[in-house]
Amino acid sequence: MPTDDIPQARDRVWAELMRAAQAGDRAAYDRLLREVTPMIRSLLRRHCSNPADIEEMVQDTLLTVHRIRHTYDPTRAFCPWLASIAWRRSIDALRRRMRVARLETSESVDYETFPDPAANSDMESVHSSEEVGELLRLLPPRQRQALEALKLRQMTLAEASAASGQSVTALKVNTHRALKALRALVAGRER
Amino acid sequence: MQTDKLIESLAQQLTPVRPLRAPLLRALLWLGVVAAVGAALIAYRTGLHILLPRIAQPRVAVQCAATALTAITAIVAAFELSVPGRDARWAWAPVPPFLVWLAASGLGCLQNGLSLHQPGGMAGESPGCFGFITAVSVPLALGLFWMLRRARPIAPLPVATLGTLGVAATAAFVLEFFHPFDVTVIDLAFHMAAVALVVIIGISIRRVLLAVD
Repeated sequence: MPTDDIPQARDRVWAELMRAAQAGDRAAYDRLLREVTPMIRSLLRRHCSNPADIEEMVQDTLLTVHRIRHTYDPTRAFCPWLASIAWRRSIDALRRRMRVARLETSESVDYETFPDPAANSDMESVHSSEEVGELLRLLPPRQRQALEALKLRQMTLAEASAASGQSVTALKVNTHRALKALRALVAGRER
Repeated sequence: MQTDKLIESLAQQLTPVRPLRAPLLRALLWLGVVAAVGAALIAYRTGLHILLPRIAQPRVAVQCAATALTAITAIVAAFELSVPGRDARWAWAPVPPFLVWLAASGLGCLQNGLSLHQPGGMAGESPGCFGFITAVSVPLALGLFWMLRRARPIAPLPVATLGTLGVAATAAFVLEFFHPFDVTVIDLAFHMAAVALVVIIGISIRRVLLAVD
């Protein structure tokens, strides 16, 4: 990812802020993350046009910066380090999207109801929140945690990551696995 | 969550961290420890009397040097690419010595008339070479990936590929000190199959080896 247009002076300031952040200076870190966010956003815009997706990738990049901040070498330029994290996160996001698009199909019949209640019975195999809770308890803890945070409490990935301690990638994988396991459990009940 | 709130929360959670040492230094540390342990093992078990008569041939000397260089460049490249912002061309660094290693070994096979077994070699020794390379690669890989995972690589595939190529080439180089006869076609096939197996296993379990979420 080209970073030639980033002035060297600004890079030196950011490198200095990152050095302070590695030493534990919260104010420097807060300032650094706020200053680099527009640059991350503009880098990601080259790969994606959907504002919501871009914002998710920006947050994913910031979380990654936080997790691997010890890998920044204070004697080197800051922008290539940051740009390569943003670049990698955007590739991961695009791959995830392609994987999901390959696996998912929309089924319009799911949203239809019919005058005869019996005709809707195949959509009603799970009747109450108690039953949902019962099914959720059968899931492994990390899958249940991911599903509850993202689907039931409607948290964003960043919120769920901060609350659960799981990375964004782990949350996505665990939610996918949880939904798959739930589908299998519901199918088992129907049989 | 708004990005502003995320930044606020990350800044509040900030704790001091010690920056990782330069990748080249970390690679040299690993190579140094392995060289010291390897030298002690060779001195204790065989000495140099197996390798020295063979290495007098220029082709065998080139083959051994290329094997060692493949290991060194692959290990250095794995450390370099384990941290963000490094030159992606590092991934190609082990390719030239690896090709020389293959070419020198292949030339040996041709010189030996494509025979399956050397006069000094016993039938059925090649599987032993296969076992040696894979068995020696395991502890080397554990030590290497223990160091590499500290960087929490964001692109685990090239790191795992280069790291496992590095350990397999290191094991193949150590094998030269225990290998009393020149390489034959079947021998070369077993050596390369062992290297390929180590790399494939490393790639398959890269997320576990590198502690990727």
